[in-house]
Amino acid sequence: MAHRIVILGAGTGGTLVANRLRRRYSPAEATITVVDQDDRHVYQPGLLFVPFGLTHAEDIVRPRGKQLRGAIGYHQSAIDRVDLESDTVHLVDGTDLAYDVLVVATGTRLVPEETEGLTGPGWREKVFDFYSLEGASALAGALAHFERGRLVVNVVDMPIKCPIAPLEFVFLADWYFHERGIRDQVTITYATPLDAAFTKPVASATLGSLLVEKGIEIVPEFNTGEVDGAGGRLIAYDEREIPFDLAVVVPLHGGAAYVERSGDLGDELGFVPADPHTLRSVAAPNVFVIGDAAAIPTSKAGSVTHFEGETVEENVVRFLAGEPLEAGFDGHANCFIETGFKKALLIDFNYETEPLAGHFPLAVGLPLLKESRLNHLGKLMFQWIYWHSLLPGRDLPGLGAAMPTAGKSGLPTA
Amino acid sequence: MTTATLAGTTVELDAEGFFAEPETWTEAMAVELAHAEGIDELTDQHWTVIHFMRSEYFAKGTGPTVRALGKSSGVSVKELYQLFPKGPAKMAARIAGIPKPKGCI
Repeated sequence: MAHRIVILGAGTGGTLVANRLRRRYSPAEATITVVDQDDRHVYQPGLLFVPFGLTHAEDIVRPRGKQLRGAIGYHQSAIDRVDLESDTVHLVDGTDLAYDVLVVATGTRLVPEETEGLTGPGWREKVFDFYSLEGASALAGALAHFERGRLVVNVVDMPIKCPIAPLEFVFLADWYFHERGIRDQVTITYATPLDAAFTKPVASATLGSLLVEKGIEIVPEFNTGEVDGAGGRLIAYDEREIPFDLAVVVPLHGGAAYVERSGDLGDELGFVPADPHTLRSVAAPNVFVIGDAAAIPTSKAGSVTHFEGETVEENVVRFLAGEPLEAGFDGHANCFIETGFKKALLIDFNYETEPLAGHFPLAVGLPLLKESRLNHLGKLMFQWIYWHSLLPGRDLPGLGAAMPTAGKSGLPTA
Repeated sequence: MTTATLAGTTVELDAEGFFAEPETWTEAMAVELAHAEGIDELTDQHWTVIHFMRSEYFAKGTGPTVRALGKSSGVSVKELYQLFPKGPAKMAARIAGIPKPKGCI
């Protein structure tokens, strides 16, 4: 009998794993079914550019089903729950899908309503998010009419998708107001729950000095307890306040809602704990996790998801063949960081290694931890690579899953 | 790595003052650690959080974040900040004798 593979989520991770597995098995060997609740696949790195009018919502959305190879079943429905005992996924439309292997790829869910006042008065008028298509588009309108005052960009709490994106947002805001000739009329403040600009010390130092150079004020260890949209104030749990004329808030993230209804599958935030190297769920031997949905100690980012793809593909195949799993994933993450004025930084790191200076992926390559035009072009080019190479599950030349070390300086000697 | 003497016993601390060996912690040490953080008296609610931090650490290998604490310790995030004003996750971890919570990357 053919293996039954069910993949929950048709975003970056679900799509690329489905396409990779389809190449490994003929339709007679395995059926592959992908489930998602809607048919809008958003190129999420593009969301950063929407508020500044650099791209538009319709340019970064494509149908989900079309990104899947032939002979992959696409089923559109919300998910009710996973029954780990009977290896069955129950869908809201009444369908039950039995599986031999399940891949969880349902990413994160924004939960702005968990922060007091955030979705109250002023929401999408003075208070915006840019992590959703609707939020990013609405913010574009508000920014275009913003003439003077204080713009506050605030991360409520970790974990968030693409933890570098809020910093990129302030860098681009600095550039945007310069271009409009009103930078001197605008104060830009970055309020973060972290004790510095970023989560990783070496990169944090570089990014912190960029903030200073650009005249952006940073308020560290700010834990937002309440958003007063009408009064224009962010209020921290320790009662500190930051006034704003326009607030761009990155809301709390949780896992997909069905995870909480699925027994031991998820943790208290709805993310799915997994072995960090094999990516197998700790709750069941025949469940694997890819991308933002996973509770593992690496960034929630598309590059991470891409690098995980190889390991998930390989381990699904090994599991179905009754072979031991490969502990292949090293936590590799790689991010272009837009810094405005058509420049970008590139950082590259994994579970063990900090983002370091040097070049990527070899000694001749893109400069790491340093602003350059080349990195900006790399970031722009990436959208094409995403639709045409990453989602189809092709290996990118020079960009394997394991973190490269050839072009880096300051690596600890083993 | 440094050492400190707490409740008459020498313990190992890391560079940021968190316990390197959580097994060596005792409740008497927590009282002294709390004083050093400016908490005069540990209430029942403090102890609930401290014991929860430790059980999470021994079960999962890292202490919980504030959000996770708020969801599962039975003490709300708002109350957590009242109990441990300088940042519940870090301050409670220090008093509970576990390493700094890894948090999120």
